[in-house]
Amino acid sequence: MEQIAEILISALLVIGGIFAVIGSFGLLKLRDTMQRLHAPTKATTIGVGSALIASMAYFLIFEGKISWHELMITLFLFLTAPITATFIAKAQMHSALREEDMPPTGVGTDWATYDPEVEAVDPSIIDPAPKR
Amino acid sequence: MFKRLFPHPLLSFLLFVTWMLLVNQIKLGSMVMALILAIAIPLLTAPYWPNRPLVRNIPAFAAYVLLVIWDIILANIQVARIILFYRNDQIRSAWIPVPIELKTPEAITMLAGTITMTPGTVTADMSSCGKVLLIHSLHAPDPDAIRDEIKTRYEARLKRIFE
Repeated sequence: MEQIAEILISALLVIGGIFAVIGSFGLLKLRDTMQRLHAPTKATTIGVGSALIASMAYFLIFEGKISWHELMITLFLFLTAPITATFIAKAQMHSALREEDMPPTGVGTDWATYDPEVEAVDPSIIDPAPKR
Repeated sequence: MFKRLFPHPLLSFLLFVTWMLLVNQIKLGSMVMALILAIAIPLLTAPYWPNRPLVRNIPAFAAYVLLVIWDIILANIQVARIILFYRNDQIRSAWIPVPIELKTPEAITMLAGTITMTPGTVTADMSSCGKVLLIHSLHAPDPDAIRDEIKTRYEARLKRIFE
């Protein structure tokens, strides 16, 4: 029984490690910022996820207690990863892309990032002379 | 009285459980601390919560969470395959505008978060009227198929949950 658990936990750790490496490799390999954004938001989620499951299983089987911290890490990861990704995408739209690069919205209004009517969150983080 | 103390019962409950899980053991002292946080934080942040998010259909919400977790696993494998086995000039990235029918901010946030976590797509922006999401797809040979999948697989379910 313990042997099977050990093998399972090791397998989870190795799988997690492989996915984390692939995610980092993607950062190096892909061409532009928007493509690189995909590697860390996804390929690493499974990396962290399987490491956390391995940790929970280890504490449950070998120490005999349930550890909840891993669930919290998962929750915080799922809450923060999409927000970070959107922030990076928006920063990229401001600094390196122009409105002409984007498809039209199809409803008559601008994308919020380029719409002069939408108020900026904090003027200090935005380029004083926006490229238009 | 209850309503005065707990303007957002669900948020209070979530804070209480979160604190207990962070402490990682059940002791009276940490329960008191959790209770203080569960009362203080909703009161302090109440001005930023004009309306309560309403989850109308809790079983459907649980099913949605499971579906998204399954899709995240598939997404990881798919993105890993694209990174490893596609040459850079074979990867066709695209910006895709996705018109949405959801109205409540909570539902739209859930949809945007789901899109970012699942197969090869990241939510980048929204039209200033809030009716279209701008999505960047890592590998999109057929942008229309991706848009239709988002609408049928996620948006339809969220519409049933929140609206």
